[in-house]
Amino acid sequence: MIGLQHYLTLSAILFVLSIAGIIINRRNLILLLMCIELMLLAVNFNFIAFSRYLGDETGQVFVFFILTVAAAEAAIGLAILVVLFRNRQSINVQELNTMKG
Amino acid sequence: MLFHTILFYLFSAVLIGAALGVVFARNPVHAVMFLVLTFFQSAILWLMAEAEFLAIVLVLVYVGAVMVLFLFVIMMLEVNVEAVKRGLVRYAPLAGAIAVIMAAELVQLIWLEGAVTADGSFTPNPEGYDNTKALGAVLYTEHVYAFEIAAVVLLLAIVAAITLTMRKRPNLKVQNISKQIAVRAKDRVRVVKMDVESKS
Repeated sequence: MIGLQHYLTLSAILFVLSIAGIIINRRNLILLLMCIELMLLAVNFNFIAFSRYLGDETGQVFVFFILTVAAAEAAIGLAILVVLFRNRQSINVQELNTMKG
Repeated sequence: MLFHTILFYLFSAVLIGAALGVVFARNPVHAVMFLVLTFFQSAILWLMAEAEFLAIVLVLVYVGAVMVLFLFVIMMLEVNVEAVKRGLVRYAPLAGAIAVIMAAELVQLIWLEGAVTADGSFTPNPEGYDNTKALGAVLYTEHVYAFEIAAVVLLLAIVAAITLTMRKRPNLKVQNISKQIAVRAKDRVRVVKMDVESKS
């Protein structure tokens, strides 16, 4: 019987994979954004599993808002990326050391 | 029920494989395609969990809009893939170690620690239950304030994206609308009164 634990495990695997992706693709800003999307998807999995487990729709409303905010975040992130590429001709995170961070 | 279980494991396997593809793809375009597959499998899994509305929203919004946006940007930028990917091998062991540790901890928490009760089966929906209807009933009453804030966030994203990417090119001939409106006839046209001249 597929239940809460299975969905939680799947979401954990997805989350861990996206963390590994962030470490591996530290140089490419686009892939970093994509890994963040993957991470948000894992979080949404958790919300939906718990919402179904508890029989409460509020968790699914949360997923709805997370999707909205993630879409806005992707739009702004990609806009910043385009401006960055226009100014520096590169999206390598390692070269973005102007602020000495 | 057995069929349901087999389907769940099948779709989960495809989902994890696609997520691996996102992480390890050499070409960003392939990574986006794998991400599309990931979202699609997730939508199917959400359908199986009887969250139909969100599954459809995921396909429409993510696969239809956000991923196309990613593809646009990737094809516009034309990044040198090999140069960017050079550091992959160096950090792969570290990433693998962190991933394995975190996965072990999470799985232990979920399955062994008993943080989740043993019977994790989903609550069966009552007869005649409509997921979209139920979500709408909650969304427009209890969470209407958050709903309006979400609309503002989207508007903010539009404005921010446009202002960030808009640029003023030098030497570009454009109309100055306010100057055009402010102009009066007497500034431009001069009526000259003069006598009629006779033919000499």
